[in-house]
Amino acid sequence: MKSLFASHNPLSAPDVQLDALHKLEMTPFSERVKSAGLEEIKPLPISILQVNLGKMCNQTCKHCHVDAGPDRKEIMSRETMEQCLSVLRNSTIQTVDLTGGAPEMNPHFRWFVEELSTLKKHIIVRCNLTIILANKKYHDLPEFFKVHQVEVVSSLPHFTALRTDRQRGEGVFSKSIEALQKLNQAGYGIDGSGLLLNLVYNPTGAILPSDQKGLEAEFKHRLKQEFNIDFNVLFSITNMPISRYLEYLIESGNLESYMEKLVDAFNPMAVQNVMCRNTISVGWDGNLYDCDFNQMLELPVNTEKRNIRDFDERALGFRSIRVDDHCYGCTAGAGSSCGGEIA
Amino acid sequence: MDLIVLRNKITAGIESLNLRSNQILNLIKMETYYDPKDLKNFGKIGEFGQELADKFFDYYGNVFKDSALSAREKSLIALAVAHAVQCPYCIDAYTSDTLEKGYTEDQLMEAVHVTTAIRGGASLVHSVQMMKQAKKLMM
Repeated sequence: MKSLFASHNPLSAPDVQLDALHKLEMTPFSERVKSAGLEEIKPLPISILQVNLGKMCNQTCKHCHVDAGPDRKEIMSRETMEQCLSVLRNSTIQTVDLTGGAPEMNPHFRWFVEELSTLKKHIIVRCNLTIILANKKYHDLPEFFKVHQVEVVSSLPHFTALRTDRQRGEGVFSKSIEALQKLNQAGYGIDGSGLLLNLVYNPTGAILPSDQKGLEAEFKHRLKQEFNIDFNVLFSITNMPISRYLEYLIESGNLESYMEKLVDAFNPMAVQNVMCRNTISVGWDGNLYDCDFNQMLELPVNTEKRNIRDFDERALGFRSIRVDDHCYGCTAGAGSSCGGEIA
Repeated sequence: MDLIVLRNKITAGIESLNLRSNQILNLIKMETYYDPKDLKNFGKIGEFGQELADKFFDYYGNVFKDSALSAREKSLIALAVAHAVQCPYCIDAYTSDTLEKGYTEDQLMEAVHVTTAIRGGASLVHSVQMMKQAKKLMM
């Protein structure tokens, strides 16, 4: 499977994606927030710097909001990483969330993690699991993560092969299980080890995620019983109606009903806790965004300086967060963020 | 017009529009007793009697809470019952709900077979009465 970008699909263009949402003529997200009696979403002090190390990935998942894949070559340079480190040295930001693509495929990944570790930052890596088995050079990743006390967050959309493979590609489930067992062997997800292994559940279709705790209990039961796998917490994340998931919604005739579900499930409580309030997302080229989704829609932060090399924490604190109709994805039901439910 | 000619004309028309199957389905808006969009208006049944509607929804909400049975288990029971009462709204609602709660497609199908077994069994068990009556009437 090729990325939208490589297959020259018009939906690879952010404006085409936003047009597809706007054509549905739903209440614009900003108006929905106002009609709920809420003020404009305002930033809190930045506590998380989410750094997208590139769009290169060994997988081509059907729901990927990054449109990542083996055919994507955009990756963060060492120079941009140095700029990130420089910002972090002079900032109170405590958490650095590394994402991609497969962030481990960036040739400077290990160096960057080592530097972050020296700065005593809490490091999260969004590891797709199969990368650990993809090549001999990645086999020691669990040990590397352990040395630097990296929190591992990994997607596993279901505890069955059928549903996982439908979303993430043929054979991904069995490789993910093997990778999880290797992480467990290194101590990840094991009580008392202090090594966090959290899983991410994304629905494998045009449905919303259910109660996070209920799903977590089922995942824990099934993964332990069938594969002797332990993990810490399950993050239940709503699929965003952008990029490849948007394409799936359109192709399957589900876009309108899915957006209706998101709009109907709008939860004002979730608005208070959306991740764009305390996170800044850095693109592979150093550009700054309110979140990873805005990054993929090329909606940069509403400040004069929009790149990590000109990072101005104070100005970012006064910025107006950019919202559009895809934001309904973060405020439906119990809400959704890179850390799961928010309400 | 000959039905075959009409079918061919429609097929040619659709092909010339280069539509996908789901788009074709969306175009064929047949009027039926059931409209899937009505499910969204379930909450408005109080329009002609709010008090009882409020009591019903309060009851409904409590029934589906985690209790001696989990909300997850109750959702699968609801799907099976939806097939027993053949409520298309309920089937749509609880197909989504059970999938959202992590059930697999084969589990959903097994639940429907439970419905079928009970419904089939309910008919078959009446054959005891039929056999008794037949035996009484016949030499």
